[in-house]
Amino acid sequence: MIEILISASFWAAVLRIASPLIFATMGELICERAGVLNLGIEGIMVIGAFAGWMAVYLGLPLWGGVAVAFGAGALFGLLHGVLVVPFGLSQHVVGLGVTLLATATAYFAYRLALPQVTSPPKIVPFQVWEVPVLSKIPLLGPALFAQTPLTYAAFACAGLVAFVLYRTPLGLALRAAGENPAALEAQGVSVTGVRIGAVMVGSGLMAVGGSFLTLSAFSSFFFEMVNGRGWICIALVVFGAWRPGKAVLGALLFAGFDALQIRLQQTPMGAVVPYQLFLMLPYVFSILALVVMSRRAQVPAALMVPYTKGER
Amino acid sequence: MSLAQSGAEIVLRLDQITKRFGRLVANDAISLTLHRGEVLALLGENGAGKTTLMNILFGHYLADEGSVTAFGQPLPAGQPKAALAAGIGMVHQHFTLADQLTVLENITLGTESLWSLGRGRAAALAKVQGLSRDFGLAVDPLARIADLSVGERQRVEILKALYRDARILILDEPTAVLTPQEAEALFQTLRLATARGLSVIFISHKLHEVMGHSDTCVVLRHGRVVGQVATRDTDRRALAALMVGAEMTEATVAPGVPGPVRLSLTGVRAGPLRDLTLELRAGTITGLAGVSGNGQAALADLIGGALGPEAGEMRVDGAPVSRWTPRAALAAGVGRIPEDRHKTGTVADFTLAENAVLETYAQRFSKLGFIDWAAVRSHAMGLIAGYDVRCPGPEARIRLLSGGNMQKLILGRVMEETPGILIANQPVRGLDVGAIAYVHGRLVAARDAGAAVLLISEDLDEVMGLSDVIHVISEGRLSPAFARGALSQGELGLWMAGQGFEDAA
Amino acid sequence: MRLEPVANPTLLRQLGLPALALGATVLVAMALALLAGADPLAVLGQIVTGAVGSRFALLETLNRATPLIFTGLAVAVAFRARLWNIGAEAQLYAGAIIAVLLGTGALGAPFVLPVSAAVALLAGAMLLLVPVLLKVRLGVDEVVTTLLLNFIMALFVSYLLEGPLKDPMGMGWPKSAALIPEARLPRIIDGLRLHWGFGLALISAGIVWVIQSRTTLGFEMRAVGANIRAARFAGMPVNAVLVKTALLSGGLAALAGWSEVAGAKGHLSLDLSPGFGYTGIIVAMLALLHPLGVVVTALFVAGVFVGADAMSRAAGVPTYIADMLLAVALLFMVLAIALTKVRVVRG
Repeated sequence: MIEILISASFWAAVLRIASPLIFATMGELICERAGVLNLGIEGIMVIGAFAGWMAVYLGLPLWGGVAVAFGAGALFGLLHGVLVVPFGLSQHVVGLGVTLLATATAYFAYRLALPQVTSPPKIVPFQVWEVPVLSKIPLLGPALFAQTPLTYAAFACAGLVAFVLYRTPLGLALRAAGENPAALEAQGVSVTGVRIGAVMVGSGLMAVGGSFLTLSAFSSFFFEMVNGRGWICIALVVFGAWRPGKAVLGALLFAGFDALQIRLQQTPMGAVVPYQLFLMLPYVFSILALVVMSRRAQVPAALMVPYTKGER
Repeated sequence: MSLAQSGAEIVLRLDQITKRFGRLVANDAISLTLHRGEVLALLGENGAGKTTLMNILFGHYLADEGSVTAFGQPLPAGQPKAALAAGIGMVHQHFTLADQLTVLENITLGTESLWSLGRGRAAALAKVQGLSRDFGLAVDPLARIADLSVGERQRVEILKALYRDARILILDEPTAVLTPQEAEALFQTLRLATARGLSVIFISHKLHEVMGHSDTCVVLRHGRVVGQVATRDTDRRALAALMVGAEMTEATVAPGVPGPVRLSLTGVRAGPLRDLTLELRAGTITGLAGVSGNGQAALADLIGGALGPEAGEMRVDGAPVSRWTPRAALAAGVGRIPEDRHKTGTVADFTLAENAVLETYAQRFSKLGFIDWAAVRSHAMGLIAGYDVRCPGPEARIRLLSGGNMQKLILGRVMEETPGILIANQPVRGLDVGAIAYVHGRLVAARDAGAAVLLISEDLDEVMGLSDVIHVISEGRLSPAFARGALSQGELGLWMAGQGFEDAA
Repeated sequence: MRLEPVANPTLLRQLGLPALALGATVLVAMALALLAGADPLAVLGQIVTGAVGSRFALLETLNRATPLIFTGLAVAVAFRARLWNIGAEAQLYAGAIIAVLLGTGALGAPFVLPVSAAVALLAGAMLLLVPVLLKVRLGVDEVVTTLLLNFIMALFVSYLLEGPLKDPMGMGWPKSAALIPEARLPRIIDGLRLHWGFGLALISAGIVWVIQSRTTLGFEMRAVGANIRAARFAGMPVNAVLVKTALLSGGLAALAGWSEVAGAKGHLSLDLSPGFGYTGIIVAMLALLHPLGVVVTALFVAGVFVGADAMSRAAGVPTYIADMLLAVALLFMVLAIALTKVRVVRG
């Protein structure tokens, strides 16, 4: 156990596993801070994983793939936003519908593009980029500064989200939309516009999180590859009390569990305990995290409350 | 000489504004003008169309006909942004503040381009502090709204408007949530504002405020302007006559005949309520006066069973209560008319019949777990007939009913159980004159039939007019009982402001 | 643009808009077929014949509808009380596990069928009870907990099928031993491949309908879902109602898995459910949460799946078209229903 925890490869894996979660958690956090629960996250991650991969497979550069993933996510975000914001439909139902639609679209399009493949084709994914100097620091260097560019981008993205949320007029408007939309509207800002915009950008980030799986972690697209990560991100937003910094910590903690269980399977313990038990740990951890945080969290007051102009 | 005659600049002109909601004409060809430096009081009863008019002016509603001109420029309809840009600031009756944001954040919200990086925080802070000082609006700009008192929140609302350089301030029932003393400070601020050339419209139905603090009165009734007068040329009696359409007669309710104590609280603590001692007697209406948000809701919940006592003793008909829930309260003969008939009193998507048995379905309308819908239906028909509920029938969804008819159904639902104790929390809020008289009549009838009635209201006139005994509630504390007529309106106001309580500072 | 409530929607509005939603879904189907390089009308035709065009197809559709009726009812019951049970998939497997545990020799005739059904019901109920107690006692959102339990349950089933429940004769495949004949649900008509699970599903729909429309519990469930504040104020035991709803919902979902094992398959494997629990959400929503409507929409959804499978083999359009169409139908339908109550006006 100790051996695992002091190895650089373990910590490098933690950051790698956390990266897609950080993107998607930031995406969900933006949506929820603006007052919209986005249960489309799981499917949007699937479409992001697929669209980003497909774009690169068809010849776009890797960053082009990331951009395509963002765009695809934003498109499904627009669908979710239009249905739940101006029309005020149930965010639960529409979100699940968006997840089903996005997942099915990705699978359908994959089968359409590659009808006969048995082993999924590969692309050349993002390679590890060692930060000069810093990556030479013993232990810390290989753990933190020998990652793919998309991992650095994930952490930069979290910082940017925190900055925008707490330091800019846009972030203020977004928080107001999630706390008391009437206050925002009374100040002449369109709640509908802010909320739909937030859901689109948030969904774009979720899709980028999905694309991490195909463009950085693996080199192909598989069915079921997102495997509940989206739902875990929803738990992470709660765990992080709707704050970007705490949510990143939650993602790292979760990734730590995940990296640990993979390594524990290879220890003598892994021979005795069935591997499924290890695989369950991250999900169990997520549920426990929700239970522990449930009393303390400060939920955005207008989360899941549709806003209609002129009504109070 | 009034401002109108002095030739002061006209800053706002409403011309022939008409707004219909379905068949209801909320505003019927309303015209009015506001001059620079003028305080205009918009007066009228509940439902006269005051709030609708201001919502049109501010762009929340779209008028069916008519136009608005501000500072000589036509104001595009339906755009709050345009109203803000034209220098119109509105302080709503229900504040539009985000509780988890700071005062400064609430004030600056939407004042900078959303795409800017927002570097002006220090300048914004200085401007807010300057405005606070100049207009006598003391509030900490860095405090969270959630930590502020109601009076402070209202100051934030006014600061919001001033921060945007509003030249016209509109206040919707600004004193409804204030103690008389806080209200005085508000009017002080408004005087400072008009001295600087701002113009003010305030909406009210309180005659003494209008007489004391306005230059011009515009009286609305049933959506029409029925009078526009310079305040110094009129008096309360004349205004009251205009408001209700006839010479107002002081409705006098004969005193009740007090019976035994039905409910008693001794040293009860629950939620915000502190060391509460209260007796409700049969045949008596006990009025509870106070500024909203001082523990009225908790007291209603406590007696109604939604809140359990944490300490102290609660007795119903002499027997101490244990395990106090809404169902236990109902079984003990407590009838409840809730404050919010839409959110707690009824299920909007249910039919009238279903809503009529919401509290009694299990005890009175079920056999072996099955509901006897025929009995429910005939019960509902009885209520509809007996309580004059105007509706398409018992199978209609209750969301289609007007507030008055909804309240009559709730009234019927409660009264049919002949409650020994009746809590009426804001029973006439938002109702028209006819419905108000009906509800009041029923409350008095219940009292005469032997019920112990607790009437909770923010309207001091209502409390003073109906109650046999009056308590004042302030910050969760209850004043001693005052007999009817023992205190003047001013004296009650001091109690409402928290003076006279033993542990008051 | 703003929305204005429509007080009394006309019948045309109430029927026309949902019809429009279905029509739009058909258009999407044709567009997707075109995209796949197939003849749109032929694809539609093949889906329809594939679903109901022959006795074989029809029976296949009825068989496929059986678990969907159960999960659809489970979701409808829960959603009606605003209990967001997204965990029907896990509850389904709970029922399936019980069918194997009790059906492979632990019990004999005549008790095995009724006892294992009852225990399966209980198992599903208990599985949903945990998230609901967490919701009621601690305020933990049940959407995420029920979703995550699906993944935990899938891993648990995988463990069982590779460990304690593994069929020693299974040639290494992760599947359970076969049920004894006494533990199998008989066919409704001899010679027709339709088991009594379908009959039980129809009976369950009827029972749920009676509960919702005729009993005090149903009244309470509907009130809690429509306005929990008013329900609490009126003295309804809200938490107890939510717990009872959970027991009913979880139990119904478990019957889906139980009847798949005891009726259709005869053993438990990892591919027992191709997402019946999730599809139940579509079934329930399309039925507007009405228990009898669930039967109709379950047949429709099953038909789309069965028909799309057949069409895919013939026309080469990927079978995932079925999932896309159902998701589109769901979104169009919720929008259409909303538009029967409000209209879009300018200004």
